[in-house]
Amino acid sequence: MSEPADSPDTDRRRRTIDVVNASLARRYASERRFRLLGRLAVLLGLAFVAVLFLSIVANGYSGFQQTYIRLQIAFDPAILDPDGKRDPAAIRGADYGALVKQALRAEFPAVSGRSELRELYRLASAGAEYRLMDLVAHQPSLIGTSKELWLLASDEVDLVRKGQIDRSLPESERPVNDRVIGWLDALEQRGAVDTRFNWSFFTNGDSREPELAGIGGAIAGSFYTLLVCLALSFPIGVAAAVYLEEFAAKSRWTDLIEVNINNLAAVPSIVFGLLGLAVLINFLGLPRSAPVVGGLVLTLMTLPTIIIAGRAALKSVPPSIREAALGVGASRMQTVFHHVLPLAMPGMLTGTIIGMARALGESAPLLMIGMVAFIVDVPKGPFEPSTVLPVQIYLWADSPERAFVAKTAAATIVLLGFLITMNALAVFLRKRFERRW
Amino acid sequence: MSMSALVLVLLALSAAAYFLGRQRSLALAGRAGGLRNLHSLPTYYGFYTALWCGLPALAVLGVWGMFQSTIVTELLVQDLPAELRELPPDRLGLVINDIRNLVTGSAVSHEVTPQIQAAAEHLRELRSTAYAALTVIVLALGIGGGTIAWRQVSPRLRARNRVEAIVVALLVVCSVIAIFTTVGIVLSVLFEAIRFFKLVSITDFLFGLEWSPQMALRPDQAGSSGAFGAVPLFAGTALISGIAMLIAVPIGLMSAVYLSEYASRGFRATAKPLLEILAGIPTVVYGFFAALTVAPFVRDSGALLGLDVASESALAAGLVMGIMIIPFVSSLSDDVINAVPQSMRDAAYALGATQSETVRQVILPAALPGIVGSILLAVSRAIGETMIVVMAAGLSAKLTANPLDSVTTVTVQIVTLLVGDQEFDSPKTLAAFALGLVLFIVTLGLNVLALHVVRKYREQYE
Repeated sequence: MSEPADSPDTDRRRRTIDVVNASLARRYASERRFRLLGRLAVLLGLAFVAVLFLSIVANGYSGFQQTYIRLQIAFDPAILDPDGKRDPAAIRGADYGALVKQALRAEFPAVSGRSELRELYRLASAGAEYRLMDLVAHQPSLIGTSKELWLLASDEVDLVRKGQIDRSLPESERPVNDRVIGWLDALEQRGAVDTRFNWSFFTNGDSREPELAGIGGAIAGSFYTLLVCLALSFPIGVAAAVYLEEFAAKSRWTDLIEVNINNLAAVPSIVFGLLGLAVLINFLGLPRSAPVVGGLVLTLMTLPTIIIAGRAALKSVPPSIREAALGVGASRMQTVFHHVLPLAMPGMLTGTIIGMARALGESAPLLMIGMVAFIVDVPKGPFEPSTVLPVQIYLWADSPERAFVAKTAAATIVLLGFLITMNALAVFLRKRFERRW
Repeated sequence: MSMSALVLVLLALSAAAYFLGRQRSLALAGRAGGLRNLHSLPTYYGFYTALWCGLPALAVLGVWGMFQSTIVTELLVQDLPAELRELPPDRLGLVINDIRNLVTGSAVSHEVTPQIQAAAEHLRELRSTAYAALTVIVLALGIGGGTIAWRQVSPRLRARNRVEAIVVALLVVCSVIAIFTTVGIVLSVLFEAIRFFKLVSITDFLFGLEWSPQMALRPDQAGSSGAFGAVPLFAGTALISGIAMLIAVPIGLMSAVYLSEYASRGFRATAKPLLEILAGIPTVVYGFFAALTVAPFVRDSGALLGLDVASESALAAGLVMGIMIIPFVSSLSDDVINAVPQSMRDAAYALGATQSETVRQVILPAALPGIVGSILLAVSRAIGETMIVVMAAGLSAKLTANPLDSVTTVTVQIVTLLVGDQEFDSPKTLAAFALGLVLFIVTLGLNVLALHVVRKYREQYE
């Protein structure tokens, strides 16, 4: 094309260029701003992840440790076995608290006065008595001897030791007074205070005493609940996915099922709790607080996830596999169960694990069916009342005692640990068995 | 545990039936001149026999298990002495509970009268009779069904087709469970809600401005107190969800835009999964985080600015809920933005648009329906969210728009009304179901709308 001769057109073009050039600085600035905003949004999101994990870990790591004090316990026959018959029932029923009190008095002979003594006795946890009872019950020959033992300290001592009660505060604003801190320091100087890893946190049931409370019961409850949930939702979910994807003809009926499943996936979890309460507990009369009921409710909740994932896995198996199987004379059922399903299995397992991880973290519907009860015993089966890990976190988070904060955060760390493991397993399965056709 | 023993016995019987059926087909085939004369593979004859042995018996067992306790209780009540039988239903329930506990040997709430002792004896008898009858029926069905099927086995029996038909039927049953769940939810919530609306008029509930369910503890006040106006709850839910959306939509949308349009592949590959961690964290952890870190932080910052912030402020709960929802908005919007055809971007660049102009004037308008759909889904998520608000929001039903004040939500009230409450006729517990009905309808409506919008939009570019 030749240069246009008429000047107005050239003029206009020059003007357009000028307009564009003049606006470029502004437009580039807005481009930079927009990009900055985007980066800011991503960083803000990541910062939230970091703050959340940091605040949980910072509060929770100390929950895995517990303070112990060393006491010289004299197994006084006058207290343990006054009639000298070594009767196991009598020995079990003896006043072990008195032994602990005696040992504490021996440690601080100068303390006198009712209220001061009461404060002194509070250095040791109630758990110390149970420990002594177990010791003597297993080994009655201890009676009459004297032994140095590390015994569980009370939650207040534990908090002071971990620095969670600020010593610099005025005495009236602290839950622990100067006298108790003095005793603790004296014990510490004698090397009689130690902080150890708290194994019993993983085996004990719930307790009103923070230093005795553990997540053993909640983990067992979660285990039974998930077991019921898995045993029901996996077969049912796979069966439903197989039917909808491989057998059902497209009809109004299957459309209805499909819409239903998609909508169920988005129903708030608490509504499933209402269903469980009204139907399973009030109508069918199943026991409250039992993992069976929790497992059933969670099954209904996770089924949509598993079905949707299962259908996607079946869809990704290429039709050539089916055609080959049908071509050598397999029936449709044989095609699906011998060839398509095994190939889709890794995808289905991934979906199931993700569904189980969601079920493990779920608490709202379980509140409705009574899994919030205070239960000390570790459940031994899916029909015994129990609680689950997230509900235990909720219960402890509600507790007014200061020492439960660390316990709650520690339980949260355990829960997140389980969830991360499950999700990592799902990712691993997907990476390991994913096939591109 | 007697039921599970019975189930185990049945499973063992079925396994035996499988082998017997297979054996018989093999034997018959041998007589008829080889396996090729069988219609189906020998295993199918085994499965056929096993299914006939197990399925009918299991079905009877299931139905029986569902109704046994109701029927036995009915029989027990009929045989109770007249003065016990004529007690009001709730007292009668207590008595029956006592009788049951006496049988199992757990603690009994009242003193044990000879009548109750006798009734417990009777209940024990009824139960053992029922169990004996059940055992006989189930075993007879199992053995009978297995035998009939076993005798049917012949080379011409179309065992594979029959087994496959049964399996298809089982698959159908499994996929219909989803529908039953929905029906169950609707019926259970609706049924209790209707009972509630008999006590409290529906207009009072939906438009009343005062909510204080505790007042209804006194029977003479129930229903007539007018304390079941749910508007403060709806307002509180809207306030907290609104704050959450104010946090989640800009951050979620902008990070979706950045990750899909600007970020390098490596950055995207690390940032996206990290952001999606937020979606996998249990809500109870968010609730704990809100109560432990965010609420004190909000209160202290408010105090620094000289503002009076409630310790359970709507702002703290909304903030944390917003963080929870970010990944929903971002991953859904990400899908939608990626679905916009590349040709539209290329056309915008060819006209000289900068990248941000392309995003703002071409991609976002094109993706708008999908983004709206994902925001609607996020809103329904926020409305139904329970644990965060239970742990971080308050209980007092105030009608306020002040985010620093403490408000309560629909889900919080459902939890507080139902946790630890056994009585099932008071308007207080029934109100929870009415709230549940509203929650179900609203979230369902939002989901249907969102899915509709998203689907319509997808069709546009496919």
